[in-house]
Amino acid sequence: MNHPAPSNNGRTAEEFLKGIWRENPVFVAVLGMCPVLAVTNTAVNSLAMGLATMFVLVFSSLLVSLFRKLIPKQVRITAFIIIIATFVTVVDFMLAAIVPQVHKELGAFIALIVVNCLILGRQESFASKNPVGLALADALGMSVGFAFALLCIGVIREILGNGALFGFPLFGEGFEPWVVMILPPGGFFTLGFLLLLFNWLQKRRRARTEESLGTEYERAREYL
Amino acid sequence: MTEVAEKRKVPAEEEPSSFRLIITLGVIGFFSGVILVSSFLYTRPIIEQHRAEALRAAIYEVLPGTSRFETLELRDGQLVKVEATEETQAANEAAPQIYAGYNDSNELTGFAISSEEAGYQDLIVGIFGYDPQKEQVVGFKVLESKETPGLGDKIMKDEDFQANFHSLAVDPQIVVVPNGEKTQDNQVEAITGATISSKAVAGLVEKGLAEWRPLIEEYLKTKS
Repeated sequence: MNHPAPSNNGRTAEEFLKGIWRENPVFVAVLGMCPVLAVTNTAVNSLAMGLATMFVLVFSSLLVSLFRKLIPKQVRITAFIIIIATFVTVVDFMLAAIVPQVHKELGAFIALIVVNCLILGRQESFASKNPVGLALADALGMSVGFAFALLCIGVIREILGNGALFGFPLFGEGFEPWVVMILPPGGFFTLGFLLLLFNWLQKRRRARTEESLGTEYERAREYL
Repeated sequence: MTEVAEKRKVPAEEEPSSFRLIITLGVIGFFSGVILVSSFLYTRPIIEQHRAEALRAAIYEVLPGTSRFETLELRDGQLVKVEATEETQAANEAAPQIYAGYNDSNELTGFAISSEEAGYQDLIVGIFGYDPQKEQVVGFKVLESKETPGLGDKIMKDEDFQANFHSLAVDPQIVVVPNGEKTQDNQVEAITGATISSKAVAGLVEKGLAEWRPLIEEYLKTKS
């Protein structure tokens, strides 16, 4: 540990940014599908779930990283789960007190943040092995990426399925809501199309970098 | 694993004692408990207050013209008036209660009765106003429901559906009819696409009436 990183700020920024796009937990890693499919029927619910997950992930990563040298590896998973469950329960109480309406709609899915593999995964693979600053950057990046993905799905589903955005109607009376989009199948459809889009984008980017590298390579091939 | 082996204090070969494992988990558990209890104590009164406010607002909403209400509790098969402070409301959650509304000139406006029925997803809990003089339901409001957003949750939002309960005759019984086919006072027009939720609401009202109407009649007789 304590690797003297060549440029510390650059590393922190990189850990933050990777979660948002390159290693996005939903679109690239396909983690935490339970809330992604279940509570993204409106933009407000998506946002609330994204923020709740962010709170849990950031605080859990902070504590796990702080105490990473004190927790024996034999009981690390148990310790992580206790820490995560504590923050999930706190966020459950907080939502019920601050936004009772949203809390009602999210229902059991708040308690289920405990088993969101994104959170436990970040503790095991990152926070327990890195200093606090990097762990926080990683947690923030991952949770912003997660919230962004949830919001994407929520916005699409609410617009198509309800003709509204954040509860405000967008179209006139003539709009016939595409009801299936707010029902469970709509979650799968939307996620499927977004994954398709992301894979296509990544493939195109990879092809482009290969192209720029490949001109020399191709020239070399021509000799063969 | 190499990272763990690098740690100075705990070399990989040395197994930490069981005592250390227990102490670690014990300390984490203790702090987790402290955090949970304090956040529970902090949010509890706010949550209770939200609930009481929602109930109070609902009572005034389902009994138009009401300016004050009395809480009636079921004790030994009879309705007894109780002083509705917030403490008694919290303490007597086990004993069923209904609410008698009065207008400015101290005339009875009706009774607010809460009841529940299985909907499409989960129990729908609602409160409705019943006017014993007109023998009509005069208002209805959903207190808790997990009905499908955009479809089943129209039982809360749809004004046309709500209008069904502004003067709904309860004799001989409440009948659910398809949208646009309401001809008689005891009929409820179902929401298109949410027949199950609509029927559940009608069932909820029927159930509440069956349970409380005889008691209300008795209460009014003894009072006059």
